[in-house]
Amino acid sequence: MSWDFLLLVETILRALITCALLQLSFAMMTRWERRLIAHMQWRVGPNRAGPAGIFQPFADGLKLLFKEQLMPDNARPFLFLIAPVISLVVSLTSFAVIPVQLGNFPFPVNTPAEGGEHARYLFQIGDINVGVLFLLGITSLSVYGIVLGGWASGNKYSLIGSIRASAQMISYELALGLSLLSPLLMVGSLSFRDIANFQAQDAVWLVLAQPLACVVFFISSLAETNRAPFDLPEAEQELGAGFHTEYSGMRFSLFFMAEYTAMFTVGAVLVTVFFGGSTVPLLPPPFNDSFVWLIAKLWCVMFVFIWIRATFPRFRYDQLMNIGWRVLLPLGMLNLAITAVGVALRFPWWGFSVAIVGTVVLLYVAGKLSRRGEHH
Amino acid sequence: MDKVIDDLISLGKGLSITFKNYLEKPVTKQYPEEKRPVPNRTRGRHVLHRYEDGLERCVGCLLCQGTCPAGAIYIEAEENEKDAPVSKGERHARIFDVDLLRCIYCGHCEMACPTNAITLENNTALAGFTRESLLLHKEDLLEPEGTATLGTTEYWDPKPPESVKHKVPSQTGRFDGSSTSAAAVGRGDLKLHSKPINPKVEEEGDDE
Repeated sequence: MSWDFLLLVETILRALITCALLQLSFAMMTRWERRLIAHMQWRVGPNRAGPAGIFQPFADGLKLLFKEQLMPDNARPFLFLIAPVISLVVSLTSFAVIPVQLGNFPFPVNTPAEGGEHARYLFQIGDINVGVLFLLGITSLSVYGIVLGGWASGNKYSLIGSIRASAQMISYELALGLSLLSPLLMVGSLSFRDIANFQAQDAVWLVLAQPLACVVFFISSLAETNRAPFDLPEAEQELGAGFHTEYSGMRFSLFFMAEYTAMFTVGAVLVTVFFGGSTVPLLPPPFNDSFVWLIAKLWCVMFVFIWIRATFPRFRYDQLMNIGWRVLLPLGMLNLAITAVGVALRFPWWGFSVAIVGTVVLLYVAGKLSRRGEHH
Repeated sequence: MDKVIDDLISLGKGLSITFKNYLEKPVTKQYPEEKRPVPNRTRGRHVLHRYEDGLERCVGCLLCQGTCPAGAIYIEAEENEKDAPVSKGERHARIFDVDLLRCIYCGHCEMACPTNAITLENNTALAGFTRESLLLHKEDLLEPEGTATLGTTEYWDPKPPESVKHKVPSQTGRFDGSSTSAAAVGRGDLKLHSKPINPKVEEEGDDE
């Protein structure tokens, strides 16, 4: 057997393990989300299946597995079947470029060739030099799963849900890309590993240099993953369940898995790009870089996702479009312009945040001064 | 712009409220293990009571059956044997059935009962898998032999304030029929000879 074949087998194995762990996290996430939202509403949440409801997701999974899988007469069978698969595959694929850990600290089995072309890492499936582009490209494919699913259902409400989904995801992808561009300009690389290394070397998280980009990215990632308050495609009150009204059993749970895996992916991107990835500053070398840190940070981001879902009501459609096109996009462009100037003038890291915050305050004051005459 | 800042502040307020709630203790009661106390006068499942000597209080007068607005009670009365009486009166209930699916838990039967035999106790957890299981017979309703309780009757005494006088005969231990409907007593709207319990009722009667 050739070396290449072994590498292929190894990569497939690592992908399988990552998928399995993501699915397990998805299961735990559903239970945790229900518990957390319940506690935020003075309730208890699922607590009957096992201690603190720990087996609830497995009970739910078994239930979904044995449920009848309906298909409407109007449905286009092939697209109807393939749509949830597209959603899930896309959201699982995009996790491949996330560097779960920079080094190989606890298990030093696969030392990367220094600066070599085929540098391989234990805790990352594929370290490609256009990782951010790959991720943006793959995540924008996820709209196909939703749109095809909604259209192939042969149901008006599903169709409305998927139309909303396509409009929303395309609108917010712009803000998402723009907000990622600013840190990329500072780092000068499209590889997630370079971005994380950049923060590890300076011991400064990029959120301190790019606060505005972080906020814009977070809001657009909520919209990209169809999370509340941007869950218009699956608005229960208006559309039944939106694009997955006609799905039942395991087909429905594939959509469900896809949504949560996408949440994990954008959360991991947020952590990697803005919060130092798997590294923490101020710790002695072997302990400052571990996948445990990334997972801890990821769950913190998930907590905020759930917290926001428990707090805010859903946006109206016009509000959604307003925020995307008239708030996030201009803010992202402004941020990008300032960052470009800063990179050209070789600002220190704090220069970027000072410039961005200063510009926003300046614009606010200017706006107030120019409107003074109108109101009085 | 000011509106934007106000909006952002209110978003933060919303987040802080949910986070505060998260830190507080849930209000949920884990029902089967942990029960909320009910008021003593809660009207739940029926119980038939006994005297101290083990005789049944029910004398088979059919007043409860007559007053029941839902027709939930079915009684067949029988004469007592002289040497082996079942109740203290002339008759006793041979059959005493309560259909919980018909009962509306209004409490008219316990009000009508001249001997405090039937009361609605605090057991409100009433459920069954069949209709038959919710049709209670006399042996289900009777309190076990050797016990002689008054049930919720005790909690109607101390009496409620004067302004909200309930016409509960068991408060006086004397039944004069004034608290039940004429149809229940079966004597039309015949004026009663005995003195009414409540003087105010008499005044109202005079006004008519």
